[in-house]
Amino acid sequence: MISLLGKYILMMAQVLTRPAKGKAFWIQLMNEFQKLGVESMGIVAIISAFMGAVLAMQVAFNIDNPLISPILIGFTVRQSVILEFAPTVISLILAGKVGSRIASEIGTMRVTEQIDALQIMGVNSANYLVLPKLVAALLFNPVLIVVSMFLGILGGLLACVLLGLTTFTTYVDGLQAWYDPWSIQYALIKTVIFAFIIVTVSAFNGYIIKGGALEVGNASTKAVVQSSILIILFNLLLTEILL
Amino acid sequence: MIEARHISLTFGENKVLDDVSFQFDVGKTNLVIGQSGSGKTVLVKCLVGLHEPDEGEVIYDDRNFSLMGIKERRALRQEIGMLFQGGALFDSMTVEQNVMFPLNMFTKMSPAEKLDRVNFCLERVNLGGRNKLMPSELSGGMIKRVAIARAISLNPKYLFCDEPNSGLDPITAGVIDELIKEITEEFNTTTVINTHDMNSVLMIGENIAFIYKGKINWSGNRHEILHTDNPVLNDFIFATELTRRLKR
Repeated sequence: MISLLGKYILMMAQVLTRPAKGKAFWIQLMNEFQKLGVESMGIVAIISAFMGAVLAMQVAFNIDNPLISPILIGFTVRQSVILEFAPTVISLILAGKVGSRIASEIGTMRVTEQIDALQIMGVNSANYLVLPKLVAALLFNPVLIVVSMFLGILGGLLACVLLGLTTFTTYVDGLQAWYDPWSIQYALIKTVIFAFIIVTVSAFNGYIIKGGALEVGNASTKAVVQSSILIILFNLLLTEILL
Repeated sequence: MIEARHISLTFGENKVLDDVSFQFDVGKTNLVIGQSGSGKTVLVKCLVGLHEPDEGEVIYDDRNFSLMGIKERRALRQEIGMLFQGGALFDSMTVEQNVMFPLNMFTKMSPAEKLDRVNFCLERVNLGGRNKLMPSELSGGMIKRVAIARAISLNPKYLFCDEPNSGLDPITAGVIDELIKEITEEFNTTTVINTHDMNSVLMIGENIAFIYKGKINWSGNRHEILHTDNPVLNDFIFATELTRRLKR
């Protein structure tokens, strides 16, 4: 465990250095925006919209009491989506989608000696491979999470209106009730830290493997499991610190 | 010239290299030969810094590689070209992008100059016009040739080849061997080839080190190797029925 932590720190020391060639970094960064960010937009959109809709239905079902105001539906959907569902659940999904991709991509490069080839050429392989992914995730994951928040709340609205759970106006009143902008900042801070965990833990699992195709699969699984556990632990920690 | 001085390396309880010293000459094809598991790949990886020896030093033309820091090593590695066993081409890049990669990373050449250099290197390995192919579209021999083109794109002083003709048919293997020999002479590189292919040994072995159980057991050239009375080396060279018959 301590040895792995040491290796992780050594890898990060290599990752967090200035790229040798700015243009090469820029090209890699654009590729990663596409692969890690834009290509994740679809799944984030679908999950968020349905998550918001189900959340609204469940809240409406649970407050089926004339003494409780129906504006609580919009309020609860907003709070749940912003505080927890968008930053944490979507990050867990990204840990699966993006994390396994990063681990298997870097792991395959390791077992096919492509990383050795980079090192022999004098390229800082950790920096060249991981830094663009890290920067792309740190910049793009907050965008994904904001989109998720918007679509989650929209999904809730559609469910309410289409299923007759409450009116458009009541739902919007709920969305505007007791609003604290800090909750958005809290969610974005969590998102950035979760993005760091997803990319670095997954890249590390791919970077250190030895062996062949079987190990690439194992590294991919480990990357998802470890990232997910760390996200949940840091979620607790950050909530205690920030809220 | 590259010099290995008293290199030793142990993995767990297995001593893979035991006090290995050898000089790899400039402008020659230097071969490291031996059975699988004898330690030849580990020796080559020690020479390029992919393994760190427990003891000993590696000297590149009076520059002590073993004492260098990460940045100095990176600088020296720009003088090294390496051909890996599987080619190690970047599979997300085309042939042209693979060969251009070192030029993009380490030179300030204009795009036109880089393309000229890429075309020269590809022509040199008889792959002119194949610029836009992806590695997945290449045969085993073509992958090796693209890897050679990439290895020579920066005009390296030192060229390392890890089993360059493994997995190739005898004719293609001969072409690769001949190509490496020509490049060595043309660019005056210090070429280190790790192989267990006797055809390579007899075709291009100008300076040969035979490794047995982690030690240099014999050294010489391709003419001397056939007349050696070293029993271990004889077992290695004349391991097949065909070579035994030829010897008789």
